[in-house]
Amino acid sequence: MRDVAVASFAQSQSVRRADETNEVEMLMPVVAEAVAESGIPKKEIEFTISGSCDYLGGVPFAFVSGLDAVGAWPPISESHVEMDGAWALYEAWVRLQHGDIDTALVYSFGKSSLGNVTEVLSQQLDPYYLAPLWPDTVSLAALQARAWLEDGHSDKEIAEIVSKNRLNASKNQYSQIRSQISPQEYLERPYRVDPLRIDDCPPISDGASAIVLVAGDRARSLPQKLAWIKGIDHRIEPHSIGARDLSVSVSTRLAAQKAGAIGVEVDVCEIHAPFSYQQAIISEALGLGASTDINPSGGALCANPIMAAGLIRIGEAAQAVMDGRAKTAIGHATAGPCLQQNLVCLLKGGN
Amino acid sequence: MGVNPSAVVGIGQTKYNSVRDDVSIAGLCREAAKRALEDAEMSWSDIEAVVIGKAPDMFEGVVMPEAYLADALGAAGKPIIRVHTAGSVGGSTALVAASLVQGAIHERVLTVAFEKQSESDAMWALSRPIPFSPPTLAGAGGYFAPLIRAYIRRSGAPSHVGMMVAVKDRKNALKNPYAHLHMEDISMEKVEESPMLWDPIRYLETCPSSDGACAMVIAGEKTASSKSRTPAWIHATAMRSEPTMFAGRDAVNPRAGQDCARDLYSQAGITNPRKQIDMAEIYVPFSWYEPMWMENLGFADLGEGWKMTEEGATALDGDLPVNCSGGVLSTNPIGASGMIRFAEAALQVRSMAGDHQVPDCNLAMGHAYGGGSQYFAMWLVGANRPT
Amino acid sequence: MAETEAVDPNAPVTKISTPIELTYRFTAGRAASRFIKGLLDKKILGQRCPECLKVYVPPRGSCAACGVPTQEEVELPPSGIVTTFCVVNVPFYGQKIKIPYVTGTILLDGADIGFMHLLQEVEADEVRMGMRVEAIWQDEADMVPGLESIKYFRPTGEPDAPYDDYKEYV
Repeated sequence: MRDVAVASFAQSQSVRRADETNEVEMLMPVVAEAVAESGIPKKEIEFTISGSCDYLGGVPFAFVSGLDAVGAWPPISESHVEMDGAWALYEAWVRLQHGDIDTALVYSFGKSSLGNVTEVLSQQLDPYYLAPLWPDTVSLAALQARAWLEDGHSDKEIAEIVSKNRLNASKNQYSQIRSQISPQEYLERPYRVDPLRIDDCPPISDGASAIVLVAGDRARSLPQKLAWIKGIDHRIEPHSIGARDLSVSVSTRLAAQKAGAIGVEVDVCEIHAPFSYQQAIISEALGLGASTDINPSGGALCANPIMAAGLIRIGEAAQAVMDGRAKTAIGHATAGPCLQQNLVCLLKGGN
Repeated sequence: MGVNPSAVVGIGQTKYNSVRDDVSIAGLCREAAKRALEDAEMSWSDIEAVVIGKAPDMFEGVVMPEAYLADALGAAGKPIIRVHTAGSVGGSTALVAASLVQGAIHERVLTVAFEKQSESDAMWALSRPIPFSPPTLAGAGGYFAPLIRAYIRRSGAPSHVGMMVAVKDRKNALKNPYAHLHMEDISMEKVEESPMLWDPIRYLETCPSSDGACAMVIAGEKTASSKSRTPAWIHATAMRSEPTMFAGRDAVNPRAGQDCARDLYSQAGITNPRKQIDMAEIYVPFSWYEPMWMENLGFADLGEGWKMTEEGATALDGDLPVNCSGGVLSTNPIGASGMIRFAEAALQVRSMAGDHQVPDCNLAMGHAYGGGSQYFAMWLVGANRPT
Repeated sequence: MAETEAVDPNAPVTKISTPIELTYRFTAGRAASRFIKGLLDKKILGQRCPECLKVYVPPRGSCAACGVPTQEEVELPPSGIVTTFCVVNVPFYGQKIKIPYVTGTILLDGADIGFMHLLQEVEADEVRMGMRVEAIWQDEADMVPGLESIKYFRPTGEPDAPYDDYKEYV
């Protein structure tokens, strides 16, 4: 495996509605910042890839306008996945394994504010049996939360998770929800979709993120601290939620095994859990112990720009390594209804 | 290339038709995938990862359908990636699958591209009125017709060239059992008499709207060398993109296409593409795009592409047969169309193209483009392992 | 939905109809907002790229070639040439204009990029590349925030621009 490192990470302020700026205007400063901080001149970036979703904006080819933010002239070697940017990062990492190029730019963006996002995402479900029923994202997450509770857990554990994320988010300038909540206050809050309380659900967010990857000696020649990708893998599970045990995440476990992230001392883990209960499920699948600082950013529970939120987790985990806050970190990303698909990225400092 | 050798070892296509109401979306993908596995002498469990591609989700009305399709494609417990690069997506999807093998991540990858256009309305999806813009959008034809007009003006090509391509590709399609259109009575007169949809594009100079899927199994050297059927070795791969709109852009002969072809040729040591490449499957959704791409890809000098068509060089028995399968003009499930080009090129070098086989085909090109002629994906496949 | 039809219980189900309606609130963005507001005052406001100095209209807030934001505003005249065009003769769902109609790529005088718009007050077979045209504005009551504030473009009757003058833009 060729050594590939995160050389820089940038994200926009996550907001409820970026009313003034369209996608390109929102994305452009983020891409510019990631490129500038990487130390790689823009014209020397050899591969570019993005992640976005047409249905968020209701217009086909969302990624085509995204290309405007990059300045793709002269023409660039470029691709796009209709997935969270974390999978775009995976594809870039694969491309860098070829050995013929050393640099890649990954970006993703999404404005969930444009439509009714819980309705939009319901149209990702089986078009014959599920989508016509319009099951919204929150209700599906509630089913999963119920399954987890029935497995012998208590919402007191969730109260700790929510409170910790909110405390962390209050210190993160990019986060959207910045208010704190104590475990006791959480438990007194009314249900939104039982067993989910409003604080178990993510905000609706607009945002963008970008990462520059650099490989091999080119990476080692950079002056800044890097976060090396020591393993990365992703797995999917059957689509039908009836075909899965929703209280566990076997695809996360499998991806983590393949990425070599099981049985490793992890200082920081950024879990992509839009709903609080999902953090408990993923944390368990990753086998994290008390020594791991989970979601120092406040997580997707407090800022959830869909399509970018997964890439932001990898970026935040990498940033923890680059800042010296962690020797080893994990970035996790999820996609599909009820954690159907999961990606695990193991990052380490040093050379 | 300093990458792991890789090859196409299995190819599967569905019968293409305007409406495939005998299968669901999943059933359509599975039909192609199963045929590719049979050709590869493999079962689902041999596959390590799946790469799926399609054009805009609005074509079927299913948001990011790879989640729903994971079961049908045997992807549970495996990695699956969903590619979307507009019309070039079928090509890019194959390249992403190849990349997984070239980067030594996996040994055997299944790749599938599909479109089931009858599930929704592609013309509607492509003509969504964008707020604050004039309501002049009229499908892909409305975008490409002015570019074709510009090409005709630049090159001085006679008007019958577009019609010749329309006839040639439909005649080729008669030799391809999978092709959507089988027009036994196609002729220059019929094309000329067909309605002018987007002047200068006539009805019979455009592609149909099809349901269909195409699949390939791409494998590393160890697997490819062990197969009884000839693999199609991947000799070169390239992608290029440029923005849709910027001042001074040449959308008729886009630089992204030229650069992509140049990159491809240099990887394979090609100095004279017209001589060294034995056949090409090129993405031609409107007949005039054959001469336009001949120039863009360096098969002809600037302004001379139409002469290749007129002289019969691109016919099945010409010196550079183009779209022997009948091409996009005969079959167009949009998201799959690029992969069909790539797969047909592979069939040719495997000598498995049946009635539309080009004799002694050693090196073939697959080409796809998308967006406003701004996304390009290409590969070269050969009968021999690259040295 | 209440209507019932006699269904052959042995026939395969080949289709279920599931209409999807989603509502979006589109964001124009900073540059487009300026442009749209200008149109309401019958002003066409483009933007110049600080790097390549090309003038974009409609402005997109960025120069896609240079990948930099554009800010300097340039007012353009409501006249220019048709660089290329097509005659639309195909009906489709959601179409707003009666067919056949001509859409042209209009290059305004002083602009470096063309945009698509309607051509009217001219027969389809009389439209030419290089033809000089001018914008006809909507009636005051029909002015809307968008390019539809320009009702259409029509020929001015001036001599056509020579091909060499605009071939870079075709």
